[in-house]
Amino acid sequence: MSNDILVITEHMDGKFSDVSFEMVGKARELASALGGQAVAVVIGSGVDANVFASDSTLHIDDAALSGFNPEAYAKIVEALVKEKSPKAVLFGWTVTGMDVAAWLSAKTGAPCAAYAKDIRVDGGGFVVSCQVYGGKLMAEVAPEGDMAVIACLAGSFPVEAGQGSTAATATASPVDAGSLKVKFVEAIKPAGGDVDITAQAKLVSIGRGIGGKENVELAEELAQALGATVSASRPVVDAGWLPRTRQVGKSGLKVKPKLYLMLGISGAPEHLEGMKSAELIIAINTDKKAPIFNVAHYGATADLFEVAEAMLELL
Amino acid sequence: MNIVVAIKHIPSIADDLPVSGKNVDFDSVDFVLNEWDEHSIEQAVLIKEAVGGTVTVVGVDLIGELDNVLHLALAKGADKVVKITADDPAADSHMQAKWLAEAIKGMGANMVFAGVQASNDLDGQIGPMIAAYLDMPYIGGVSSVEANGDSATVNKEFAGGAGAKYSVSMPFVAGVQAAPKPPRYAPVSKVRQMAQTATIETVSPSGDASAGLAFKNMAPPVATGHAEMIEGSSKEVAAKIVELLKSKGLA
Ligand SMILES: Cc1cc2nc3c(=O)[nH]c(=O)nc-3n(C[C@H](O)[C@H](O)[C@H](O)COP(=O)(O)OP(=O)(O)OC[C@H]3O[C@@H](n4cnc5c(N)ncnc54)[C@H](O)[C@@H]3O)c2cc1C
Ligand SMILES: Nc1ncnc2c1ncn2[C@@H]1O[C@H](COP(=O)(O)O)[C@@H](O)[C@H]1O
Repeated sequence: MSNDILVITEHMDGKFSDVSFEMVGKARELASALGGQAVAVVIGSGVDANVFASDSTLHIDDAALSGFNPEAYAKIVEALVKEKSPKAVLFGWTVTGMDVAAWLSAKTGAPCAAYAKDIRVDGGGFVVSCQVYGGKLMAEVAPEGDMAVIACLAGSFPVEAGQGSTAATATASPVDAGSLKVKFVEAIKPAGGDVDITAQAKLVSIGRGIGGKENVELAEELAQALGATVSASRPVVDAGWLPRTRQVGKSGLKVKPKLYLMLGISGAPEHLEGMKSAELIIAINTDKKAPIFNVAHYGATADLFEVAEAMLELL
Repeated sequence: MNIVVAIKHIPSIADDLPVSGKNVDFDSVDFVLNEWDEHSIEQAVLIKEAVGGTVTVVGVDLIGELDNVLHLALAKGADKVVKITADDPAADSHMQAKWLAEAIKGMGANMVFAGVQASNDLDGQIGPMIAAYLDMPYIGGVSSVEANGDSATVNKEFAGGAGAKYSVSMPFVAGVQAAPKPPRYAPVSKVRQMAQTATIETVSPSGDASAGLAFKNMAPPVATGHAEMIEGSSKEVAAKIVELLKSKGLA
């Protein structure tokens, strides 16, 4: 067993996501407290792996892995863990990391703490603070045993601490790509056509609280009166009330408008990932305990329909 | 096509969520079907409608209240419902995944669907863990599945509308993010009818596993900031927001 921390980084179109750097930075802090090394792991080709402030970087550079493959990643990480016996493996709690973290946990019997917002070393082990219940509660857990799998929420640690220029060591993939049951066929590009919400200075963003497709018009009217565009949380899009191009969040788009006026959005961590750096966030929600009020600059416990209609009269 | 869907019953996050000991006080919250499970039931029923087959819905009954959501699943088009009678609200995720895997093992599933996550516990773990215990590949964040022979074409979402198309050999486990269509609505009368006529197959939990996480504490987040709250009637709130926006040149 070592005291090393493995960080499974992620990249798309030749670029690492911020969470990769965030985790490397955190891993350095944890590894130095434990007397181990922070090891960045880069899987896949077509990316410059010499960009981390890790103690070392391993690059499993295989052209067969140019697109994300959950089965291949899982098996590669499983093999690495066997070889290196790390103290912890960090993943991003992202659309790719989620596919592998819990799988590795069940395969190896190591505990998995997901939705990690913070990790600290405590008596040779870790204490992890995790968000549960859509951000309404925090749970503190201590993983037991020799190794912990920790899946970190994007945006929890500073990016800069993980940026550097450690030269990566290229290694061959321990997994035969031909034997995989999951095969990457092709990338799906976002459908264009609709407005680009990432380019708008003002957004009126609606959540499930809008209640139904017939009410979207009210938000459209308010947006028009403000010179804004309507964006939405995921349930609004999944219900078919607005197109996918309007979705803000983890599996949607990241926006940073001057104004983000939120009507009936609870503020789940996946939504916050897409908008928390907006310059002015105003939230209207009937639930005074909605997590969004911990993030918004201004808030009101009020009915969105009443507020929207009253605003329309004044604009 | 033999499709097994794992569903979960969770405390409604619209509620206040009082904490009692190290978990939410289950007696004072409403339980609802996990939202992503509505999508995986829908996806399973869509495949059945396209190529034929059977949809079996399975859940671990932790608090003796699962029947309602099983009846709901039948009303939405499932053919068969199975409940693992655990009656142990403290069972951790590894344990539940093990029980589910053991129950699913004998079902001859071509595909197993789980929701990509449930919003209560340390989420999104059961699907990948079932896959690990069943020794099947896992693919999550799935937004459509089409069966073609002994493999399936599976679309996985990344972000911002981007994603990828995969070909996956059966059997496999998929974590469903969204069905290609909004989940169908089941009228209350149909759910009630199912409650009166349907049989729920029960199986005892089998197998053992442990999450290995010691819970230290559960509490509301320590807010690092809080919105400045605008008080008053809706009209007053609207007036203050408009004033604020005007003062910042945003209206
Ligand atoms: C892998 C993954 C990726 C995800 N990606 C995204 C993403 O990109 N974007 C995203 O948004 N979500 C995403 N989610 C979903 C996320 O977890 C939440 O489910 C979602 O953000 C909740 O949306 P909501 O706030 O609109 O709905 P809810 O959480 O249901 O909140 C609705 C709110 O409306 C309020 N309300 C109801 N009626 C009224 C009224 N009349 N007036 C005022 N307020 C009212 C309620 O009090 C409540 O707070 C993702 C989830 C997963 C697992
Ligand atoms: N007790 C359970 N019984 C059946 N399925 C479950 C149970 N818990 C979780 N699942 C499945 O796993 C998915 C993710 O849940 P979770 O891992 O708890 O976030 C759910 O959408 C269900 O499909």
